Amino acid sequence: MEHSTLAADPVHDNHGGTKEIWRTFWILLGLTIVELVLGYIMIGVESQGGRLGLKGAIIILMLAKAFYIVAYFMHLKGEIRNLVMTILVPLSLLLWAIIAFLYEGHSYRNNRNTYDAYTRERSHIQSTDKKADEKGLHEKKRTGANTME
Amino acid sequence: METTTVGADTKWWNGGKSPFNVEYGKLMMWYFLMSDSFTFGAFLIAYGTVRFSSNGWPDPNEVFKSYPGAGEATNAPLVFVSIMTFILIVSSVTMVLAVHAGHERNRKKVVTNLVWTILGGLAFLGCQAWEWNHLHHEGAWWGRNPFPNADGTGSTTNFTNFFFTITGFHGFHVLSGVVINIVMLVMTLLGTFEKKGHYLMIEKAGLYWHFVDLVWVFVFTCFYLL
Repeated sequence: MEHSTLAADPVHDNHGGTKEIWRTFWILLGLTIVELVLGYIMIGVESQGGRLGLKGAIIILMLAKAFYIVAYFMHLKGEIRNLVMTILVPLSLLLWAIIAFLYEGHSYRNNRNTYDAYTRERSHIQSTDKKADEKGLHEKKRTGANTME
Repeated sequence: METTTVGADTKWWNGGKSPFNVEYGKLMMWYFLMSDSFTFGAFLIAYGTVRFSSNGWPDPNEVFKSYPGAGEATNAPLVFVSIMTFILIVSSVTMVLAVHAGHERNRKKVVTNLVWTILGGLAFLGCQAWEWNHLHHEGAWWGRNPFPNADGTGSTTNFTNFFFTITGFHGFHVLSGVVINIVMLVMTLLGTFEKKGHYLMIEKAGLYWHFVDLVWVFVFTCFYLL
């Protein structure tokens, strides 16, 4: 590194100049417009799969926008790798949190929708009775959703 | 990019130099923003969790379909929020132009771009104030949700609670960003940075401002598009 002190290096991450700034702006604008178009298309889509696909596309575009803002507007791309890692690696905890909590939310909804107090109560009582146990097993299969998920 | 190519064979951790090659304030701003993204992340994940656990949810296109001056029967989903998003992206560009002008020690350009950034921030806040006011008039507030689920069933107050909490928290960040930018403008006009010999403080304010834009990318997508 030619520069040993920071004060002598005020432009160390200033790569590209205003041309790159405007390029990033057009990219962000383009991505936003595509997002909005997809949002408009989604209003008319009824099928669950179609909506899910559009939502997935919108999320990918959102992440692309986030990348351009962080990499170019915030110049994170020009920083030293170690610094970038100290910021990005802790943030990967959020990935775990997204997966875990959304799964949890979905499972809670499932449990609540399939919860059948009557059968649950019955299978609990019957488990002491051998003959009824077989019946209980049968019942458990039917209401498997509430015990498994 | 030159730093990374040079940095590859530089012994950053042998002492004598700052291993991250940034000044203290900028590093701490990055760590603050990291912690702040955990706060926003937690908010948005909580929103997602509750939404995943609900059988019905209001259709954002039915809720956010108006704009200032529009009549009662207007059905224009996504229009107003696209304007808000556009304002925030443009103000992010003017901010990065101000930072760039600061590197060139071009005081006049810094001032112009900071003024545009502040105006953009105020315009965004104005839009948000209008939207909140509009929704409030429609009967929406914390603990009150007049909008039925998309499938016609009755909804809970989760939708409005999360909307006002998260956009409110973001709006508060925008407000503090505007205040910080005004302080930067005053300091530039007073010549503080000229005396210091560098405009690095604008860069830190810029990082905060871009973060506000970044959060809006997520909030906008999660509330208005999905």
